[in-house]
Amino acid sequence: MPTGSLMSALPAQVFAPREATSATPLLEAIGLGRRFRGLAAVDNVSIDVCVGEIHAVIGTNGAGKSTLINMLSGELAPSAGSVRFGGNDVTRWSQPRRARAGLGRSYQRTTIFAEFSVLENCRLTAQASEPGPWRIWERAANDTRAIAVAMRALAAAGLDGDAGRIASTLSHGAKRQLEIAMCLATAPRALLLDEPLAGMGAEETGRMLALLASLKETHAILLVEHDMDAVFKVADRITVMVNGQVIASDVPEQIRSDRAVREAYLGDGH
Amino acid sequence: MASDDGADDLRSDAAAGTRADVGALPDIGRREAGGWLVPAAAALAFAALPLVVSPYAQDLIVRIAIYAIFALSLELLVGATGLVSLGHAAFLGIGAYVTVLASGDSGASLALLVPLAMAAAAGYAIVVGALSLRTRGVYFIMVTLAFAQMAYFVVHDTKAGGGSDGIFLYAKPTLAIGAQTLLDLGQRLPFYYTVVAVLVLTYAFIALLLGSRFGHALAGIRVNEQRMRAAGFSTTPYKLAAFTIAGALAGLAGLLLAVKDGAVNPELLSWHESGAVLLMLIFGGIGSLRGAVLGAICFTLLKELFQSEALLGSLASHWQLTLGLTIIAFVAALPRGLIGIGARLRGVRAARAGAARST
Repeated sequence: MPTGSLMSALPAQVFAPREATSATPLLEAIGLGRRFRGLAAVDNVSIDVCVGEIHAVIGTNGAGKSTLINMLSGELAPSAGSVRFGGNDVTRWSQPRRARAGLGRSYQRTTIFAEFSVLENCRLTAQASEPGPWRIWERAANDTRAIAVAMRALAAAGLDGDAGRIASTLSHGAKRQLEIAMCLATAPRALLLDEPLAGMGAEETGRMLALLASLKETHAILLVEHDMDAVFKVADRITVMVNGQVIASDVPEQIRSDRAVREAYLGDGH
Repeated sequence: MASDDGADDLRSDAAAGTRADVGALPDIGRREAGGWLVPAAAALAFAALPLVVSPYAQDLIVRIAIYAIFALSLELLVGATGLVSLGHAAFLGIGAYVTVLASGDSGASLALLVPLAMAAAAGYAIVVGALSLRTRGVYFIMVTLAFAQMAYFVVHDTKAGGGSDGIFLYAKPTLAIGAQTLLDLGQRLPFYYTVVAVLVLTYAFIALLLGSRFGHALAGIRVNEQRMRAAGFSTTPYKLAAFTIAGALAGLAGLLLAVKDGAVNPELLSWHESGAVLLMLIFGGIGSLRGAVLGAICFTLLKELFQSEALLGSLASHWQLTLGLTIIAFVAALPRGLIGIGARLRGVRAARAGAARST
């Protein structure tokens, strides 16, 4: 089991609370804040994620999770704080520039290119970082490098058998897998995943969790998710947000027994 | 019987999902049935027509071919990139006016006029694009319209542009090496074949563009720009490049139109002209280069038909009404345009066959 070997190899970095982490975080937000018309959607949030771990962010609707992920990906400019990625201050970088530097994301609503084939979806995202996009005499359909990258991403996501299908004809779960594969085809180092399990059945969820567990060996994964069972199963660290603020950030066992978290969010009986 | 149907369903489920099953969905690079054969055959037909038709008809074919170039340039924006511009005539008009103004009284060489007309149109396109591409949807339509009307009033209200009467092109362009004239656009047949050659080159260039990584990126932007940005594409430079190329090609069409008419007037830049070329695309079928050419052919022929007093008598003076109603009827019957007629017929036949089987 690759996940098992990872756990034994990196126990300190992966499972210790943040204060004790010695590994350098790949992605780090420091004092991030965003106000919408005076209302603080995200207020002074600091969070980081290292290669080899899944850091889950949970919270009720309106807790600011999506705003946070949008500021990390560069879709939304923060009103306060900064974002560091791979040793650079990327706070002022546009989203495409962050993406080319290795910051990939998936969306809560499926955002595949429905009318293109599964392979074309991945080949398109794979060509984002290729040099010379203006070379119009080169056929995109013959781009062997992008096709190889796309096929690897599809294989990792378990979709290599469906490469020729039109994306709109995939099942919901397969579309979510494709979303991840499109992200992987851009060769990211960090993944920001916004509710990848939304609307999935039990079997599809199991497959997606196995995929995430295998991806974290080589990627830093920030996971926003509503499915609590899944989060506690795969997350190495959990940050709990309420009203735009972090009320707890710790390993799953500690979060489960945290009084403030139970009162604010998990509720009795969980 | 019931069990047979079940087996059919299973089989179609297993096979579903390839391009052929889903129907007329466009390939990302938009390969169409018959590949190069269909446009090549059409080009040969264009080339052969002067052998059999009258000079008057040749004149009409030249007009059609110029509007086909104009429509193809807009197709790069509307069909390929998803940018609906209602100000595309500005670039046609700028190309035409620059051609006439640069020709002066004694005429000028095509080696000067072609780059000049295309660069002038592309220059204005860069400015308009840089400002209008910040907006989306209906706002983009309005901003492009506003910039085109601005250009319209500049040529309409300035002395250099000749005011509402426009200006004449006194000497048609030529192409010469030393004293040897290679091409004189003042002669009917050389001009005819020049226009057809430019149409073929424009079509081939845009087809090449759409099959490249650049073209695929434009297709991605059309379908979901946000996803393209998340993948690492800086989408604004892509859109601006498409807008500029489309403007330059419209300027080239403008050059040919000025040479054909031997004069320019501000109506070339008016919103009627922008609306007409958009109608050609809708008529022919957005998302297809063949559709753009087909739309230009049918639109121009219908306009000619409805303007003909010999055929329609006094109704000819109301050609806007008859043309408009005809187009509405066509679009209602063929939402994917004339190019979608084959798929439409197949669908009707399949539905009939299905109905026949179930009864």
